[in-house]
Amino acid sequence: MHASQTPLSCAAPGQTPAISLSGVVKRFGSLVAVDGLELDVPTGTCFGLLGPNGAGKSTTMRLLTGQAIADAGAIRVLGFELPRESKLARARMGVCPQESNLDIDLSVRQVLEVFARLYRVPTDRRAAAVAAALDLAGLGARAADRAAKLSGGMQRRLLIARALIHDPELVLLDEPTVGLDPQVRQELWSLVLALRERGATVLMSTHYIEEAERLADRVAIMSAGRVVAQGAPAQLIRKHAGREVLDVTGSPAELELLRVQALAAGLPTRASGPALTYLHADDADGALPLAGRRRAANLEDVFVALTGEYVE
Amino acid sequence: MFKYFWQTRTFASVVEPLIMLLAFGFGFGKLVSEVAGIPYLQFVGTGIVATSVLFSAVFSGMFDALYKRRYQRVYDAMLAAPVDVDEIVTGEVLFLGVRAGLYGIVPLAVACCFGLKPEPAMALVPAIGILTGIGFAALGMLFAALVTTFDGLSYVISAVITPLYLVAGTFFPLTRLPQWLRVAAQFNPLYHCVELVRHCAFGLQPGVDALHIGALALFALIAWRLAIWRTSKRLID
Repeated sequence: MHASQTPLSCAAPGQTPAISLSGVVKRFGSLVAVDGLELDVPTGTCFGLLGPNGAGKSTTMRLLTGQAIADAGAIRVLGFELPRESKLARARMGVCPQESNLDIDLSVRQVLEVFARLYRVPTDRRAAAVAAALDLAGLGARAADRAAKLSGGMQRRLLIARALIHDPELVLLDEPTVGLDPQVRQELWSLVLALRERGATVLMSTHYIEEAERLADRVAIMSAGRVVAQGAPAQLIRKHAGREVLDVTGSPAELELLRVQALAAGLPTRASGPALTYLHADDADGALPLAGRRRAANLEDVFVALTGEYVE
Repeated sequence: MFKYFWQTRTFASVVEPLIMLLAFGFGFGKLVSEVAGIPYLQFVGTGIVATSVLFSAVFSGMFDALYKRRYQRVYDAMLAAPVDVDEIVTGEVLFLGVRAGLYGIVPLAVACCFGLKPEPAMALVPAIGILTGIGFAALGMLFAALVTTFDGLSYVISAVITPLYLVAGTFFPLTRLPQWLRVAAQFNPLYHCVELVRHCAFGLQPGVDALHIGALALFALIAWRLAIWRTSKRLID
């Protein structure tokens, strides 16, 4: 079980990556939000940027749209150099922010019409683009309603529709399903998968491991402003957690003892709330405790092992 | 860009400048029959053209811009599209300026209903209003970029806006004020607007008026660039 998941649609070897960040640093006062970031997003993939809050994901997104200027490093988006040529890149890019920034006094349709204009959608194609976007977001029935009257989930859908009004080749999604209930989350996941089918490149930041696992062709795990691991989910799991892991439960004192013993014996472990998980269990037979539950390794194991953070 | 703002705004009521005109005109009119050789109602009426432009432009510039920037992050949304900060500011300033300039017509029309003799030069008033409005809208946006809360704007209103409209020749001629205030008034764009509107109504003075227009244009230019500079600092990290 080590072959990469789905074949990358249009990415030919040697093709310029859709996004390329090299040695990027961004400081806010004394806080270093992005600390020597190295990241390449291949064209045509759905790329997940996975990291806990504060890892620098949103800052990275802002650097890509030219809304933040890096203190050091090189950034290229769709072949354009940022921030100098950011306007050219933005014309072919759609952005869905984490927090709603809709002009809530406008109707749903007006929001889309305004952005169709801002994105220079040709006049004769505008009406069709707005209709298609309404359709994609499932908001056709609410087109005349003021944006303020939409529920959180619908506003998020409108934000995404707004980002896609000009049929961009690159889509940035900043935590697209945060704060939404499971039903809406599923719908948005379908939308993202549909985007990938269309051949767009999607860069999606998230702190939900399941989301990254499900949607992304490739994942970069980000922590404290840097990428700590990068690759297809299956490869990352294989490399950092093995095929199987062993969960051992016990009292905090017992677990602590086991952890120290494992450390001394050179066995990799990670904390799992009320349990201790032994990684690479398939390679360590005989040295492991007999009591415990074996299960397949997953991305969460990788994530916690590499970042030390325990998130949902 | 201009069209965007036009689409998203509605015209607020024109009632306020009217009330001010009527109150002042009739109120003071009873006490003071003539000021600087002109019936007071007409004196004030031409002055209020300028103040209504000022208020409309600067308040919209301040409050709308601050609200949009901070609480709705609407400008942020636009920056993700191929639109730059200078385009946003310019579009906003042009829209607010034109709207404010058009508001200025109302007090003039009312004053005409009450006896002000219509003159051909009055056709220039909307243009003067628009030029003044652009400058003050930019000034409003500059303040919006400098403060972080609505309370901050209250300070601006007391400290800057109020003196501006009191010392401009709107309600009383400046000839009664001490010399240093008269000199200070030269730096008040509103004073130049008031003078121009008065001259349109009561007789143009080409040389002096060209200077007034120059002053207004200079003010608009400087305020516009400063507004872009500071708004950019706020919106781009």
